[in-house]
Amino acid sequence: MTAISDGEAADALLQVQGLQVVFDGFRAIDGLDFSVDRGEARFLIGPNGAGKTTLVDAITGLTRPEIGSVRFGGEEVLGKREHEIVRLGIGRTFQTPSVFEELSVLNNVDLAASYRRPLRSLLRGPGKIDDRVVEVLETVGLSSVMEQAARTLSHGQKQWLEIGMVLVQEPQLLLLDEPVAGMTKEERTATGELIQRITETRTVVVIEHDMDFVRRFASRVTVMHEGSVLTEGTVAEIQDNPLVEEVYLGRPRDARGAAPAAVGQGGQ
Amino acid sequence: MATESQAARGEGAPSTGAIARPTGDSPWAGAGWFVVAAIVLLVVAPLLLSDFRLNLMAKFLCFAILAVGIAFAWGKGGMLVLGQGIFFGLGGYCVAMFLKLEEAGPGQLPDFMVWSGVEQLPLLWRPFQHAWFALPAAVLLPMGIAALLGALVFRQRVRGAYFAILTQALAAAFVIILVGQQQLTGGTNGLTNITAMFNLDLTNAGNQRGLYVIVACVLGGAFLLVRHLSRSRYGRLLVAVRDSEDRVRFLGYNPTTIKVIAFATSAGLAGLAGAFFVPVVGIISPTMLGIVPSIEMVIWVALGGRASLVGAVIGALVVNWAKTGLSEQFPSGWLYLEGALFIAVVAFAPKGIAGLAELWRKRAGRSEGAPGALPRSPLGRLAGFARARRGGPDRLEKEPTA
Repeated sequence: MTAISDGEAADALLQVQGLQVVFDGFRAIDGLDFSVDRGEARFLIGPNGAGKTTLVDAITGLTRPEIGSVRFGGEEVLGKREHEIVRLGIGRTFQTPSVFEELSVLNNVDLAASYRRPLRSLLRGPGKIDDRVVEVLETVGLSSVMEQAARTLSHGQKQWLEIGMVLVQEPQLLLLDEPVAGMTKEERTATGELIQRITETRTVVVIEHDMDFVRRFASRVTVMHEGSVLTEGTVAEIQDNPLVEEVYLGRPRDARGAAPAAVGQGGQ
Repeated sequence: MATESQAARGEGAPSTGAIARPTGDSPWAGAGWFVVAAIVLLVVAPLLLSDFRLNLMAKFLCFAILAVGIAFAWGKGGMLVLGQGIFFGLGGYCVAMFLKLEEAGPGQLPDFMVWSGVEQLPLLWRPFQHAWFALPAAVLLPMGIAALLGALVFRQRVRGAYFAILTQALAAAFVIILVGQQQLTGGTNGLTNITAMFNLDLTNAGNQRGLYVIVACVLGGAFLLVRHLSRSRYGRLLVAVRDSEDRVRFLGYNPTTIKVIAFATSAGLAGLAGAFFVPVVGIISPTMLGIVPSIEMVIWVALGGRASLVGAVIGALVVNWAKTGLSEQFPSGWLYLEGALFIAVVAFAPKGIAGLAELWRKRAGRSEGAPGALPRSPLGRLAGFARARRGGPDRLEKEPTA
C-alpha cells in the first residue's frame, strides 16, 4: 500500500505501522503505514473522513488505537498520555483554534513556553518572560497585540497564536491540523509563508484540505483515503496520479464516467 | 531551563525585557485597599462593635477564609466544590478533639464519652492529645484527603457537574458517619462546651477580642497566599485548565496535578477556617457541615463574585451579616431571601458583587477618562447596572466543554 522502503525507515523521525483505529465498528484508520523523515515538511491530504485528523489524534494520544505502533525517534508512543507525548517532542494544533481566551496573547505563549519548568518555579510568582516568547510572537506576527486578551483576536490570529504556542515549545515534530481553515486569502498566504519558514528548521506535518494551498506551499504530499495511505509523492506526481483524482480531486481531465461515483464514496 | 540563566538573559537584553513582562497589574496593585481593609478590620471594627458582635464578626471572618479557598478552586479553577463542609468539619473536629481532651485533663475522657459509657480513650483520639499533632492536622488532613480524592477523580477526568455532585455526596456521607459514631464524635450534638484553649478562658471577652485579631490576620495571610498563587504562572495555568483542560494537556502539562493543588489548597483553607471557628464559637456539630451548609458556602462566593478573591471575602461577610440581621427579625424568612438572592445573581449578575463593582469602575473610567475613578452619581451606577443587564449576562458556569 505504501511506498516506504526499509532503507528510508532508518532515519524516520516518526514511524507509524499497521495502525488501526475503530469507532463503534467503523474503521477510521485501517492498517495504516506512514513515516516522516527528520527535517521533512509533509502535507497530508485526503477527502473528508479519510482519517487525517484521526491519525494526528492517535499519534498525540487523544484517541487510543486498537492495534499498531507509533514510533517517535525509535520510542513507542502508543499508550503514553497526552502530556507525556508532548514532552517527548511532538506538538500539535487543532482545526478549531483553542487558545486560552481569558489570558493575554503573551501569557498564552508564555504558558506554552514554560511547560518544562518545575512546579516550584510555576508557583513562585508571575515570572520573567523568556526572550524566546517575544521572538515567537514576532514570528507569528502577534507582537502588536500581545497585551490583549486572546478572545479579542480574529480567527486567523487565534490560529497563528496556536502555531506560536506550539512553536515556542520547540518540538521535534509539529503536527498542524488544517491551519488555514476558515482564513481569508491574505491570511492563507501569510500562514503558508510562516509554515515554510518553520519547515526550514523543523519536521512538520500539515493536514490540509485546500488544494490551492497545497499546490502553492507543499513539496511532498501523502494522500489518505478511507483510513489508509493511498499514495505519496511530490505535488506534481500527486496531481498526475489518476487514483488521486478519482478519490479526491474528483473531476477527471478526460471524461471518465466512473469518477463521480468514486468521489461520492470518498466523501462520506 | 534554569531560571537563573533566563533572568540573566532578561537583564542582558533590556529592550525586550522592558516589554516582555507577564501581563496583568503590578504586584502592588490594590495594596492601598488591603491596608484600608486591615485598618477597618483590626482597628475600626474592634472599636465600634460590642463583644457579642465582634465575636460574630470573628466567626464570619472564619467563613471568609473558607470563601477565599472556594473562589480559588471554583472561580479560578472551575471546580465547583459543593462539599467544603467536609474539610471545614475536619479542621473543626481536629481542634475540638484537642480542646476537649485538654479540658478533660491528662488520662481523663471528654464529657460526652463518659455519658455514653466509653471507658478507654479510643485509638483515633489518642494523637489529638498533642497540640503539635492536632493543630497542623486541622489543615494537613483536609489537604491530604482532598489531594487523594482529587488525584483519583481528576485523573479519570471527572469534572463539571459530576465533580460537584461527587463532593456533595461525600459531604452527606461525612455527616452520616459523624452522626452514626456517637461514642467517637458526639453524634448529632457534635463536640460542645469548648470553653478554654491553652488554659485561656474562651468565654472571656478580652480573650475573644484577641482571638478576633488573630483570625483577621489569618484571613489576611490566606488572602495574600491565594493572591500570590493566582498571580503566578501556576495561577494562569489554573485558569487555562478551567477554560480548556484538553488544550493544557497538549501543551505538555498534566491537568491532574494543577487541579489537585488548587483543590487541596481550598480544602486546607476550609480546614483552617474550621480550626478557628471552634475556639471562636465553642462548638462544632454535623449540622454545620452537611449538604445545606456546603451549598451556602458556595452561595457566599457566588454572591460576592467567584472570580474575585475580594468578592469572595465580601460575599461571606455580607451574606452572613444579612443572615444574622434578618434572622433576628424574620426567623423563617432568611432562607427564602438567600434563595432569591442566589437566583438573582445567577440571572442578572453572574460575576456577583465584584462583577458589579468592576462594571461601575469601567463605566466611570469611560465617562471620565480616568480608569479607576469613582462613578459620578448613584443614578449613573444604576444606569450602568441596567446596561450591563441588557448586555447579556456572562455564563455562570464556565466548565470546560472540549
